[in-house]
Amino acid sequence: MTSKYEIHEHDVLIIGAGGAGLRAAIEALAQGVSVGVVCKSLLGKAHTVMAEGGIAAAMANVDQADDWRAHFRDTLRGGKFLNDWRMAQLHAQEAPERVRELEQWGALFDRTENGEILQRAFGGHTHKRLCHVGDRTGLEMIRTLQDRGVHLGIDVYMECAITRLLKDGDRISGAFGYWREQGRFVVFKAKSVVICTGGIGKIWKITSNSWEYTGDGMALAYDAGAELTDMEFVQFHPTGMVWPPGVQGILVTEAVRGEGGILRNKNGERFMERYDPKRLDLSTRDVVARSIYTEVREGRGTEHGGAFLDISHKPAEYVKRKLPSMYHQFLELADVDITKGPMEVGPTCHYMMGGIRVDAETAQASVPGLFAAGEAAAGLHGANRLGGNSLSDLLVFGRRAGLAAAEHAKRSPAPAVDSSQIEEAERGMLVPFERTAGESAYAIHENLQNMMQKLVGIFRTEDDLRRALAEIVKLKERAARVRVEGSRLFNPGWHLAKDLQSMLTIAEAVTQSALARRESRGAHSRIDCPDLDSAWGKKHNVVMKEGDAMTLIESPVVEMPEDLKRVLAEDGVTK
Amino acid sequence: MAEVATTEATLSVFRGDGEDGKAVDYRVPLVPGMVVLDALHWIQAHQAPDLAVRWNCKAGKCGSCSAEVNGRPRLTCKTRMDALPLAEPITIFPMKAFPVIKDLVTDVSWNFKVNRKIPPFQPRPGVEWKMYQRDVDRVQEFRKCIECFLCQNVCHVLRDHDKREEFGGPRFFVRTASLEMHPLDGVSRTKMVKDELGIGLCNITKCCTEVCPEDIHITDNAIIPLKERVVDEYYDPLLMLVRKIRGVGKS
Repeated sequence: MTSKYEIHEHDVLIIGAGGAGLRAAIEALAQGVSVGVVCKSLLGKAHTVMAEGGIAAAMANVDQADDWRAHFRDTLRGGKFLNDWRMAQLHAQEAPERVRELEQWGALFDRTENGEILQRAFGGHTHKRLCHVGDRTGLEMIRTLQDRGVHLGIDVYMECAITRLLKDGDRISGAFGYWREQGRFVVFKAKSVVICTGGIGKIWKITSNSWEYTGDGMALAYDAGAELTDMEFVQFHPTGMVWPPGVQGILVTEAVRGEGGILRNKNGERFMERYDPKRLDLSTRDVVARSIYTEVREGRGTEHGGAFLDISHKPAEYVKRKLPSMYHQFLELADVDITKGPMEVGPTCHYMMGGIRVDAETAQASVPGLFAAGEAAAGLHGANRLGGNSLSDLLVFGRRAGLAAAEHAKRSPAPAVDSSQIEEAERGMLVPFERTAGESAYAIHENLQNMMQKLVGIFRTEDDLRRALAEIVKLKERAARVRVEGSRLFNPGWHLAKDLQSMLTIAEAVTQSALARRESRGAHSRIDCPDLDSAWGKKHNVVMKEGDAMTLIESPVVEMPEDLKRVLAEDGVTK
Repeated sequence: MAEVATTEATLSVFRGDGEDGKAVDYRVPLVPGMVVLDALHWIQAHQAPDLAVRWNCKAGKCGSCSAEVNGRPRLTCKTRMDALPLAEPITIFPMKAFPVIKDLVTDVSWNFKVNRKIPPFQPRPGVEWKMYQRDVDRVQEFRKCIECFLCQNVCHVLRDHDKREEFGGPRFFVRTASLEMHPLDGVSRTKMVKDELGIGLCNITKCCTEVCPEDIHITDNAIIPLKERVVDEYYDPLLMLVRKIRGVGKS
C-alpha cells in the first residue's frame, strides 16, 4: 500500500448521508463498531431534505382501522405485485416504531387534537397514514438524524465523492474517492460498505432531482460485480412545475392532493374521473402521471403543456399552514398565489424503484460486504412506489443495513487493499485533464438528458428504446474523450465528467430492462405492449457486468407464503 | 420588474480562491422565470465549466446556494433575474463572513463545529409522548431553518468582528431555542448559550431576521427569549443572593 494517499479506516463505511445513510450510521454505531459517512454535499443537504409530504407508517392515529396489513396490501397493489413481499412486510410492520424513534430523538411532527402524530391521506394509501410536518417532512427527518448521528460520534466526510469500490478477492475492502474542495484523492479501508446514494433523476431533462442524483452508487455496485434489478421502473411524479421554464420539474408535493387539491384540464374537466373513478386525484403516481400526459397529448393540456392543480377552494389560512413551502414556491418562482388560483403541473422524473438487488432482512447485495438501502436499493416498491413509502423505506432499511453491515464487520478479518486498484482509479480520474482536445461533459450530459426524456420517458416503444441504446453507445464514445479544463480545486466540470460515466451505465441498464419487459406494469408503460402480462408478473429483469459488457437475465419472483396471501385477500379486494 | 424586452444580462462573478481573485463578466441569455442559480449553471455549461457553485434542490429547501447578489445575501435559487436591475452587471460574490475556497464556494465548516457544542434533545425521564399543536407551533418555526447560513453571514459579530471563538451566531441561537422550547426536553442550555455561544455579544440589530429566507423571527422569537433566560438565571438579584448564601452556582 503506497503512502501517497490519505487513508481512513472504518469497520463500516456508508456512502451517502441522506435518511438511509444516516439511519444506517446510527444503527451501526450502536453496535459498537467504527463508522464513517461519506457524502458529496454538505451534511444535511441530501435529497431527503426535499421530501415534502410525509412518512407512511400505519400508526392508526387518525384512522383507527389502519394496521400493517393494510399498509402491506397498499404497497403491493401500488407496486403491481412486483415488490419483494418480505421487504413490504418488514416495512409495514417496522415503520411505526421507526417514526416513534424519530420523535424520541427530537423530531416534531404536526399533531392530532389529542396530542398524537397527525397523519394525512396520500395516493394509493387506503387510510390516512402519512406522518408529516406541513410540507417539509424531509427537512425535519434529516435534521433529526443528522444531529443524532453527529452527537453519537459518527465521522462525516463532507463534500467527498467515491469513484470506485475496492475489493479483496470477492469481498469489499473499501473505496476510493476525491475531496471536492481540493481535488485530493482519498482511500477508505472498510470491512463493510453501505450504499445509500439515492437515485438517478439527472439522466432526464425534466426532473425534481438535484445534481447529486447521477446513479453513482448503483454504478459503483455494478462495477464491483453486484446485480441491479427492476431498472425499467422509473417514477415520473405527476406534479412538477411546468412554468416558467426556469423552474420546470421542481416538485409540487402530492400533499396538495392529499389536502384536497383537484386536477383539471384546460376545459375545466376533472379528468381523473375518467382514468380512475374510485381514487380520483389520489390514485397512484403511475396512473396520475400517465393521465396528465395523455390529457396534454390529446390537446386538453394547459397553455404550457400541463394540467391545472387547484387547492384554492380551501381557506387561504389552511393552505398556508398545511402547504407553506408550496405557497412560497409558487408565489416567488411563478407569480402564482395558490390560495387564489390553480397551479400548472406536469410529470417530472422523480424516483427510481429499481436499483441494487439486496436481501430483504439484511440489505446485503450479491457482493460480500456490500450493502444498500433507500432509493439505491431495489425491492420494496416493485413497479411503482406509493408516496410516503420512501421516507419510511429509508428508516426501516437504513437501520437494517446498518445493523447487518456492523455484524458483518465484526465477524470479518481486516481486508487487504490492493494498490493497483487504487492506481487504476486515480489514473481514470486524471486522464481527462491531459487531453488537449475533446468536449466538456456538460454538452454530453445535456444530450443524454434530452435523449432519455424523448425516448425513455413515461411512454415507451421498442423502436424508441432501440434508438436510445444506439444513442447511448455514441454518447459513451464521446464521454470517453471528455476534456476537463481548470484545476482540481472544486471543479464541477471535472466532477460531472465522472458522474456522466455513472449516468451512462445506468441509462443503459434502464433502457435494456425497459426493452426486455414486453408489457405495461406500474411506472413502465409500453405503447406497443399496453397490457399487464401475467407471465411478466412472475419475473424480474436483473442486470450485471460480465467482462466489460452489460448482461440481462430474468429472475423469477419468489412465491409469497400462504399467511401473506391470506393478509392480501383479507379485505376482499380482488386486485 | 425589469423591462420585458431584455434578452441578455451580464453577471459579474467572483472568480478566485482564498488568496486572490477578481470579478469576471459573463453574458447570459435570459429565459422567463430564470433565477440567478440558472444563470450560474448556464455559465458553467457554456463558458466556465470549472465555476465553483454549491447547490442541491434549486427550490429553496436545502440552503446550499447562498451568495451575495448585488451586495445582498440571498439564496441564488430564489432570486429571480427579472427582479434585478438588468441594465447594469449583476455582481455575484461569495458570502463575506466565511473564507473563500473557490469562486462562490466558502468554507462553512465552522458552523458544523459550533453545532456540536449544543447538547442534543433529551426527553425528561418518564415523559408521556403527547404534545399538542399549540405547544409545538413555536418550535416548528425554528425547525424550518434550512442552514443556508445567511444569518451567520450578515451578523456583525461574525462578519465585522470575527468573534468565532466566543460567539455561536443566530443559526445556533435558533437551534438552541428549538431544543430549549421543545415541550418534552429536560436539559438546560442556559449556561452553554451564555458562556459558549456568547449570546451577550448580540446587540439585537435584527439583520439576521431580515435576511432569513424562511422568515424565521430569529431575534424576537429565539434570541430575545434566550437572553431573558440568561438574565433570569444569572442576573436575577434575588437568585444571586440565594446563590451567594448557598455558595453554589446552578449549572
